[in-house]
Amino acid sequence: MSKLWEITKLVRSKNAGPFVLTFDIMFDDPDAYYRTRDSGVINKGLVARLYNTSEEDVMFFNCDNALAIKFSIPRPNFSGDLNDSDVFGGQQFGPLVDIEVPDRL
Amino acid sequence: MEEVRAFAPTGVIGSSYLESSLARAMEWEPHFIGSDGGSTDHGPDALGRGKCMFPRQAVKRDMKLMLQAARSSNIPLLVGSAGTAGADLNLEWASDVLMEIAREEGLHFRLALIHAEQDKEYLKNKLRQGKIRPLHPAPDINEEAIDKASHIVGMMGTEPYLRAMDEGAQVVLAGRSSDTSIFAAVPIRNGLPPGVAWHAAKILECGAASVAVRRHPDGMMAWLRNDHFVVEAPNPDYICTPQSIASHTLYENAHPFHLLEPSGMLDVTGAEYEAISDRAVRVWGSDFVPADKYTIKLEAAELIGYQSVIIGSIRDPVMIRQLDSWLAGMQERLDQRIRGSFDGMEMGKDYKLFIRVYGLNGTMGPLEPVRTPGHEVCLVMEVTADSQELATDLADAVEHFALHYPVPEWHGLISGLAYPYSPAVLNRGAVYQFSMNHVVEPGDPLEMFPMELVEV
Repeated sequence: MSKLWEITKLVRSKNAGPFVLTFDIMFDDPDAYYRTRDSGVINKGLVARLYNTSEEDVMFFNCDNALAIKFSIPRPNFSGDLNDSDVFGGQQFGPLVDIEVPDRL
Repeated sequence: MEEVRAFAPTGVIGSSYLESSLARAMEWEPHFIGSDGGSTDHGPDALGRGKCMFPRQAVKRDMKLMLQAARSSNIPLLVGSAGTAGADLNLEWASDVLMEIAREEGLHFRLALIHAEQDKEYLKNKLRQGKIRPLHPAPDINEEAIDKASHIVGMMGTEPYLRAMDEGAQVVLAGRSSDTSIFAAVPIRNGLPPGVAWHAAKILECGAASVAVRRHPDGMMAWLRNDHFVVEAPNPDYICTPQSIASHTLYENAHPFHLLEPSGMLDVTGAEYEAISDRAVRVWGSDFVPADKYTIKLEAAELIGYQSVIIGSIRDPVMIRQLDSWLAGMQERLDQRIRGSFDGMEMGKDYKLFIRVYGLNGTMGPLEPVRTPGHEVCLVMEVTADSQELATDLADAVEHFALHYPVPEWHGLISGLAYPYSPAVLNRGAVYQFSMNHVVEPGDPLEMFPMELVEV
C-alpha cells in the first residue's frame, strides 16, 4: 500500500466560488493515477463520509487527460461567514493525504 | 481573422509579473492585452467595504507596465473585476490608479469605465417577476436581503467589452466580469469559434497558473485559430505540457469539464491536448453550448456586525483534557454574567460569541475527523455585535471572565489563558458575509452594465 501523498504530485482544496469547495488529487505518473482510479478507494461514498455530506451533494470526476481525481461539495459554512474557518478553502484536504492505495490491483 | 493573439501578463493585477516576460510577449505581437483584477477568493470584505485586496503600489506597478506596453503597440488593454470585487467603489479606486499612471507617464487614450454595481430597485423588480433564481447552494433571498446588501454586483459577459471597443475604447476598465469574458471578447469579435475563444480565455485568465511548475506569478500567451489554439508562456523557465493545460480547467471550478458563462456553457469534455514543442501546447475539440436564456450571476455582501477578537492559548494539560466541558461551562456562565452587567443582553441574540480552537479543529471546524487536541491549544474568541463600541466592551468582559474561569481539579484562582497581546482585545471593525449566489435574467446583456467614455 502507498499513501496518497507518496504517489501524487499535489493534493489540494480550494474554493470554487464562495459556496462550493473543490478538491483535486493530481498525479504525475499515469500508472499511479490509473491504479488509484481503478482501485475505487476514492469514491463518492468516502467523500460523503469524510466531509459529512450526502452522496447526492458530491460531484465526483475522473479526469484522465489531467491525470486527476476531482470532487466538489457544498461548503458547510460559506466563505467568510462568521463560523467559517478557511476563507480560501485551501486547507480542507488534510484527511485525504494519508489515504492508502494498493500498490497492485 | 485567421489568428488572434492574446496576452495575459498575470493572473491578477497586483500579484506581480516579470518585465522580461512582458517584453518577450510583446515581440509576439498580441492583438490585445487582458487582465483580471479580482476574485471572490479573499472573502466578502472586498465587496462589503468596496476595497481592493492588493496593495495600491503593487496594482499601480502591474497596471503601469501593461498600459505602457498596450499604448506603445496601439492595442487594446482590457481589465476586468477592477479593485478585487468590481463594485463602484472598487472601480473608482482602480480608475484613480489608472489616471495617476496616465498623468505621470503622459499617456492619452479613450477609456471606457464599465460599471457592474447593481441597482436594488432593478433587482427587486426582477425578483418579483421571477427572473432571479438560486444556484446551489445559495442563501435565501427576498427584497429585504436585496435592501440589506452593502453592495451587489453582476458578473458581466463579453458584450459590455465589445460595446466599449465598438465605441473606440483603447483601454477598458470594467467592474465585476466573468474572468473569461475579458479574454473571450476580442476573439469572438473577430469571428473565432466560441469553443476556441472560451477555452483559451479560461487558460489565459489565470496567467501562468497553468504551466507545469509555477514558481511566481507571470504571464501567458495564446494564439487562437479557427480550429484550435496554442498556449506558451513567455517566461523561458516555464513550460506548458498537455497535462498542465488539461489540469487547468480543474482549478477553482466545481466541474472540471463544464464552465458556465452568461451566454452558455464551455464544455471541454472532448478537448484534446498535444505538445507542439517542449514548451507549447495545442488544444482543440472544446465546445460551447449556447444557453436558452442569457443570465448574469449576482454577488452580494451584507454587513453582519462589528467584531472584536481575543487570542489566547492554553498549555495546562488539566484544562486541555476537559476542554469541551470547560468551554461549554465558561460560555454558559459568561452569558449569565453579561446579562447581569449589560442590561440583560443575551448571547446568541444581542451579540454572538464564537470560539475557534486551534490545535483541535480550528482549520476544519465541524469537518475535522481528528478529535484529539495537541499539547497546547489556541483559542480565538470572536464577539460580534451591532456596534464596534459594544463588541469591544463585551470582548473586554470575555477576556477577563475566560482568563479566570476555573476547572474542578485546581483550587484557587487560575489564569488559564496566555494572552500574547496587551490589550488582549483586537478590533476588526465591520464584518460582512456573502449574501447571494443567484443568477438574474436581464432584458439584454448590456442593460446591467452602464458605460462611461473618458478621453484621458
